Parts: sequence; C-alpha cells; structure tokens
Amino acid sequence: MEQIALGYPKSRNGLKRRFRVGENAILALLFISGVFSIFTTIGIVYELGKEALLFFRTPNVDLWSFLSGTQWQPHIDKFGILPLFTSTLITSLFAMLIAAPLGMGAAIYLSEYASEKVRGFLKPILEILAGIPTIVYGYFALTFMTPLLRTIFGRDVVEIYNTASAGLVMGILILPMIASMAEDALSAVPNALREAAYGLGGTKLEVALKVVVPAAISGIAAAFIVGISRAIGETMIVAVAAGAGPNFTFNPFKGAETMTGHIVRISGGDLSYDSIDYNSIFAIGLMLFFVTLTLNLISQQVVRRFREVYE
Amino acid sequence: MTHTIEKIKTQRIKVSEKLVYVLETKKLNIYYDDFRAISEVNMKIERNKVTAIIGPSGCGKSTLLRSFNRMNELVQGSRISGEVLFHGQNLYAPDVDPVEVRHRIGMVFQKPNPFPKSIYENIAWGARVHGFKGNMDELVEYSLRQAALWEEVKDILDHSGLALSGGQQQRLCIARALAVQPEVILMDEPASALDPISTLHIEDLIRELSNHYTILIVTHNMQQAARVSDFTAFFNMNGDRSGYLVEYDNTNQLFTMPKNKLTEDYITGRFG
Repeated sequence: MEQIALGYPKSRNGLKRRFRVGENAILALLFISGVFSIFTTIGIVYELGKEALLFFRTPNVDLWSFLSGTQWQPHIDKFGILPLFTSTLITSLFAMLIAAPLGMGAAIYLSEYASEKVRGFLKPILEILAGIPTIVYGYFALTFMTPLLRTIFGRDVVEIYNTASAGLVMGILILPMIASMAEDALSAVPNALREAAYGLGGTKLEVALKVVVPAAISGIAAAFIVGISRAIGETMIVAVAAGAGPNFTFNPFKGAETMTGHIVRISGGDLSYDSIDYNSIFAIGLMLFFVTLTLNLISQQVVRRFREVYE
Repeated sequence: MTHTIEKIKTQRIKVSEKLVYVLETKKLNIYYDDFRAISEVNMKIERNKVTAIIGPSGCGKSTLLRSFNRMNELVQGSRISGEVLFHGQNLYAPDVDPVEVRHRIGMVFQKPNPFPKSIYENIAWGARVHGFKGNMDELVEYSLRQAALWEEVKDILDHSGLALSGGQQQRLCIARALAVQPEVILMDEPASALDPISTLHIEDLIRELSNHYTILIVTHNMQQAARVSDFTAFFNMNGDRSGYLVEYDNTNQLFTMPKNKLTEDYITGRFG
C-alpha cells in the first residue's frame, strides 16, 4: 500500500538514540536549580559556623557557660544564651497557643464544612492576612495588643514591652499559614474515605475528626512545624514589641529580648566586624539553626510514627 | 459466640417478620441542579432478597442506589422529589436524620475504601460512632466471620486494612458495613474493581448474606446479576438522558422471558 504523506518529517532509518537539545538543556537547568539551593544552605551554615567558631575561641567564652548562663551582658563578658532562649520559647509558645487551635479549626471548617462559595471568599482573605508585612504586626502588638493586655490584667502587671503581646500577635501572623497548609492536607484526603465514613452513619464531626484528620496527620504536623519554626525565627514583631534587653524571666508580661530580637538590635548598631559582640550574634544564629533543625527531626519521627498511609 | 450476638440476631428477626417490603420508592425523581438523573421510579424491594439494578452506563443506577440511604445529599446541588419509604416511613421527611438512615441502611462502594487504620479499627469505627456498648472483640470476629474474612485475617487484626489484597479489602468493607448491624446493604458495583476469583468470593458472600440482610446491588455485569440476584430491575435512559425503570421482575423471568423489547435487546447484548 502506498504511504500517505500526513505532514510528519521523513522517518529516519533505524531506532538509534537521537540527541535532543531541548531535553538536555531543561535537565541541566533543573539540576542547577536544585544544586543552587543546596549550595546556598551549605554557604549559610559555613558562614554561621566560621564566625561562631571565632566567638567560641575567645578566651572568656566557653560552650557550657554559653548554653547554661542566665546572663547575656557582653560588656562584662557574660554570654549566657538562656535569657534570649527562654523569651524566644515564651513568644513561640504564645504564638502556637493561638495559631494551633485556631488554625486547625479554620482548616477543618474550610475543608469539611464550608460551601464552595464561602471557601472561595474566605481563603483569599486568609492569604491576605499572611501577606501583611510583619513590621505592621509589630506595631499592632505594641499599639493594640499591649494596651488590651494592660486593661485586662492591670497596668502595673503588664509592662509596655512584653513577650505575651508579641507572642499573641505572632500567633495571628502564623495562623493563616497553618490554616492554609493544614487545609491542603485535609483536602488531599480522598473522598472515598469520607463516603465510607458517612456510609457507616458517621456525623459530619465524626467524619472530620475520626477519619479525615487522622488520615491527614502528617501534613498537619508539617504545618505545625513550619508554624513553630516561623515563630522562632520571626524578628520584626519581637523587635518592636517584646522589649530590648536580655532579661531572664518566665513572666510573659515582662519585657525580654528574644534571640532574633537581639541579633537585629546588635547588627543594627555600629559594630566593628572583629568585635566579640559581632561574633556572638553568629553563635545565636547557629543556636536558632539547631533549634529549628531539631524540631524538624523530631517532627519527622512523630509523623513516621502516626502516619496513616491512605493509598 | 455469646449472648450479644444472639441478641442481635433475634432483634433482626423481630424486625424482619413484620414486613415483606423493606424499601419502596414512589414517583421518585432525582435531580442534579437542573438535570433530572432519575425519572418517576416506582419500585418495591423485598425483604432478605438480593435485588440487582442493571442498565447502560450513565442511566442513574448509582444515583438511585445512593438515594436509598441519602448518600446523594453529599453531592452539592442534588435533590429529589417523590418518596423513598423504609418500612413505610419516608426517608426524606424533614424530621428524619440521615445519620440514622445510614445506620440502618449500609453501603459498600465500587472501589474498596478501607480506612487507613488497622483491620480491627476498621470494623470498630462504625460501632464506636453509634455508641456500641457490647464486647468489641466479639463484634469484630462476628462481622469478619460473616464477611468470610476471619480465617484470613484473625492473626493480623492489627495490620493496616490497606495491606490486604483488593478482594480482601472489599470483604473488609462489607464486614465493616455489617458491624453496625444494618437491615439493608447497598452495593455499588462491589466487584467491578476485582479479579475474577475475588469476584466469585464476593458473589458467594452476597448469596450467603441474603439470608439475613436485604441487599441491593448495582452491577454492570449481567451474568453477575443473573447469578446473585432474586429480582432484577432494568433501567434505561430516555431522550433527555434521564434514567427510568423499564422492567422489574424476578431474575429468572427477566433474563429468560423479558416482557419488554428493550430489556431483551440489552440482555442479549444488542446495546449498552
């Protein structure tokens, strides 16, 4: 039978592998993008480590007193990170106290209860909330949350700069992020599971809490971890509202500088590059890095333990 | 096995002796927004029998099946007119709780959909949400035995339900439905995703279960309908692509001497 020409290029002889320029170029480009982020991370760790090492090599500093000291007073050579660490802990705790339950609630509502119309209206608003610059949140804490706390608990109890106010507003900041990520995880649960649960006579709440949430737990845990990491690393809100002085206290109504707050204040001033103060902020940075790294490792273990694989 | 299970059995007999027809539809129409998927269906479902619903793709078989336990309402924009009666009570009356309806009328789906939990928890889930107070271990064993799965899984009850083969998963889903002690079980092409051997297992199981349960099964497979069912309803689409009941008779009659030309054409493979 005679071949009909259909507009294909003339067929080649044989099945030999052809060199495709486009394929290879794209492959190279994708590889470079991957490697780029790896090298950036390595570069950051290297720089942090190098400067931190200079800090720990100084005569009056050792690792143990850095980790266990309760005073951070560079001018008298006291470099104990605990005051900065505890206030970071307190602000993050307050943030999660707000963001975890509300974020989870919002996620469950959006994914399981809201109609298409309501969801289409609410989700963009949530995302706008996530797009507000954090400095705005900082002044929101200082000019709204702090006066509110002072009215509720009394002016002599709550200081003008305090960790509770910064933490609560930080919670509002990370709430949309947790809600959005958790909602994605819940929505990814196959509908077949919901149908199975409804078919057995489950109520909406039972289906949501006893089938969908457990099935999405790894995604939800990831959302929480990202939220906590964000809270620990958040800078502007605490710099504005939490107070500017390392203060070893567990009272959330007192002012206390966090690790990030201290870094931003010190590096904002005119420091010479070879001073111990300058090197010390890299040690704090390294500490921050280890905290988030540890959290990530813990969460991976937790998720592996409780994961329900549904496919 | 002990008295909990005996009690379940006597309860069921008491209920089932009263009525011959468990379910009945009266002028049932089902809509998705403006589209009418099912038109004017009147049919009665007999107690402790297997009723098969057959018909070409898209004629609304599954839609009809899902209207029997109000699963349709989970689809936005769906609504019905007419009545679905369960022991003479309209399931769509305003004071009827769909959760209770689904407790009494269970469902098995096309694709096996066990929860991503252990085999034991799969069975226990429904019992727990309905506040089962009896011995859970007993209920799990009883349900798995009824679904002809006990011997295969009795040593691995703590394994994930998803670790089982497709056929076993489907029997787990049937066991799970049985555990909440429904009267009626709706099956939406329960074997269509399974291999031939697993399909036979499921069909044997359906025959076995019909001694105690009323079963409605949607199937694409006419041999299957002929093998497992006592009654068969043949649905077709009208000009508006809306499904309607063409012929409803006992299975033997429908497959050997169909009264309607359309039914004859369909079962002899001339269309569909």
